[in-house]
Amino acid sequence: MLRRVLYIDLTSGESWVEEKHDLFEEWLGGTGVATQLLLKEAPPGVDPMSPDAPIIFSIGPLSTMFPAMTKTVAQFKSPLTGELGECYAGGRLAMAMRFAGHESIVIKGRAERPCYISIENDRVKIRDATSIWGIGAARVGVILRDVEKGVGRRSIIRIGPAGERLVRYASVIVDTYRHFGRLGLGAVFGSKNLKAIVISGTEDVAIPDSKRYREVYNRIYRMVVQTDAMEKYHDLGTPINVNVLNQLKGLPTRNFQSTSFAEAENISGERLAEEFLFRRVSCAHCPIGCIHIAMLKTAFTPHHEFEVRRVSYDYEPIYSLGSNLGVTTAEGVLELIDTCERLGLDAMSTGVVLSWATEAYEKDLITPQETLGVPFQWNNVKGYIKAMENIVAAPNEFYAALARGVEFAASRYGGMDFAMALGGNEVSGYHTGPASIVGQLVGVRHSHLDNAGYSIDQTAAKKQLDPSSMVDQIIREDDSRSVFNSLVGCLFARGVYTDENIIDALGSIGITKSREELSELGRRIFLEKYRFKTREGFDLSKARIPRRFFETVSTLGRIDPETVERMIALYKERRGWA
Amino acid sequence: MAGAVAGKPNVEVAKKPRKRRRLKVAHPERCIGCLSCMFACSRINTGRASLERSAIRIKTQGGIEGDPIIVVCHACEDPACVRACPKGALSRKEDGSVVFEKDLCDGCGKCVDACLIGAISLDSEGKAVKCKHCGACVAFCPHDVLKLIEVD
Repeated sequence: MLRRVLYIDLTSGESWVEEKHDLFEEWLGGTGVATQLLLKEAPPGVDPMSPDAPIIFSIGPLSTMFPAMTKTVAQFKSPLTGELGECYAGGRLAMAMRFAGHESIVIKGRAERPCYISIENDRVKIRDATSIWGIGAARVGVILRDVEKGVGRRSIIRIGPAGERLVRYASVIVDTYRHFGRLGLGAVFGSKNLKAIVISGTEDVAIPDSKRYREVYNRIYRMVVQTDAMEKYHDLGTPINVNVLNQLKGLPTRNFQSTSFAEAENISGERLAEEFLFRRVSCAHCPIGCIHIAMLKTAFTPHHEFEVRRVSYDYEPIYSLGSNLGVTTAEGVLELIDTCERLGLDAMSTGVVLSWATEAYEKDLITPQETLGVPFQWNNVKGYIKAMENIVAAPNEFYAALARGVEFAASRYGGMDFAMALGGNEVSGYHTGPASIVGQLVGVRHSHLDNAGYSIDQTAAKKQLDPSSMVDQIIREDDSRSVFNSLVGCLFARGVYTDENIIDALGSIGITKSREELSELGRRIFLEKYRFKTREGFDLSKARIPRRFFETVSTLGRIDPETVERMIALYKERRGWA
Repeated sequence: MAGAVAGKPNVEVAKKPRKRRRLKVAHPERCIGCLSCMFACSRINTGRASLERSAIRIKTQGGIEGDPIIVVCHACEDPACVRACPKGALSRKEDGSVVFEKDLCDGCGKCVDACLIGAISLDSEGKAVKCKHCGACVAFCPHDVLKLIEVD
């Protein structure tokens, strides 16, 4: 086992490795360990973009050892919400960290001028990046692939212009098509003058009982490729949800003014797969291949001359930049996704900010003077592209406000009732019912993936579920995902990694855990995250719920504010916070 | 999903066990770059999770948006690697298969240079990593990219 934490101080240029057996023993890895490192390394009340604010990456004990254990968790203090920043990315980063020999990486300080970090096994170099500052994320990847070693086993993560210019929801692009998207890690990179990290290594992992390991591996591998536990992710991929949610009246449309979209078929997973999909690829050591890549072909002369762009698509960006902006063509959606990639913006937050601005523009809360003549109109793809570029360039106060997120913008210009954020984070693409709202509100990172409230609502659409059992399910998912995220598996494989399989997988590499121990660990990790959240000022009883949620019909009909209030009260009671 | 049953390699014409078998890249264009084959090779042949110890290699050019390149030993009729080895660590058996004796390898790397395909590399201990056409990787390819065939 690795159990090594690599520390890098960008101010002094120093780096060192600490072995922390007890930390990994107690908190398993991934998010469990990262939370402890964050609590320790981030001074209380620290400015998220100050040199003292840390960035933490962590993988888990099963990373690279088992199929679909592909993710890396990043933790930081979010410049968007001012509390827990946490997001996950796939690609090759977990593998590269494993083979470089570092289970966690802590980065602090601020470089004097733009830099990137090159990590090869134990060798860490902080190199000048002034010549690539300002360059788009895709191009930077191409440049660093040329100048750095480690072909085939390295990972390159970097920010685009949005991160450099401290847009509060700037992303970090991981390898190609994967992201630390949410809560503004890109801005934290930018604040440290950190453009990119290249990591590779040549370590390998010896297995104490390789026979047992192979047995458990074979069982899990078979489940991943041969059962339907992951079927939905390798066929149409997550965009299968576009038509499903549209039929269920849960597809947020034009800033949640409606939950069904007449043109949904045009931007559906089916349409994209039939007309645009040309390749599916995988994260390292996952046989599923859920990364769906579309070919966007645009003629630039009438003589069959084409620009070709390869755009990766998923459900969430299709919602946020598609139905939620009233975009009626797949080409339009792909173009907006590609613009987010180029600029290094989180697709979900960007879409929600633009949809709020479009409605605010319609309602005359903002004027053409403020938008610098850019038309904020549903389905106006060219206008939205210009607006995104302006969010990054911030030529005036209005765009600078948009760059701080929807909640901040609405606090300046009005329209808070339809500023669709929960816990300060722009919401995901589900208006399915009360569990989705409560789940995102109480969730540690205010993400639909914290506890999958949207899925609880969809179950409730089929069979009666009272608010009390919905709350129980949210708590169960909060806690069990804390364990899974400490292994840092892909949540798409959560159906394969049952308690039994997790215990066997850990056992096969020499880590003994019982079901009770894991369950207790999940609860403790969740509470530790809340310790950080509370310390940094998050207060569940003061959390805002946009009125729009109660105005627009959801999958479960119109949502009664009292139901949501009751669920939050129940939640607090069952967490022992009442 | 299409794919071989884990642990049971696809063997075409499996009736005459005497014949030499070799790995074939049957459908390179179906590769999704998951590296399951590389992990299978190191796991099954060395008891480790490793990329360095895998005898099959999936190379990317320009990140995962480019076409993956699958590098496997071609099981040459007249293997240049055998002729290049000064220590006799690589030898050709009568049926044409090449045997690698790790103890004899001193890590000079001449076999690596001799193989233009790039199918031989040195691991972190400086020993050659040579494919023995066992089919471990075949069984873990989710898209039937690889096959184990018999050589006439």
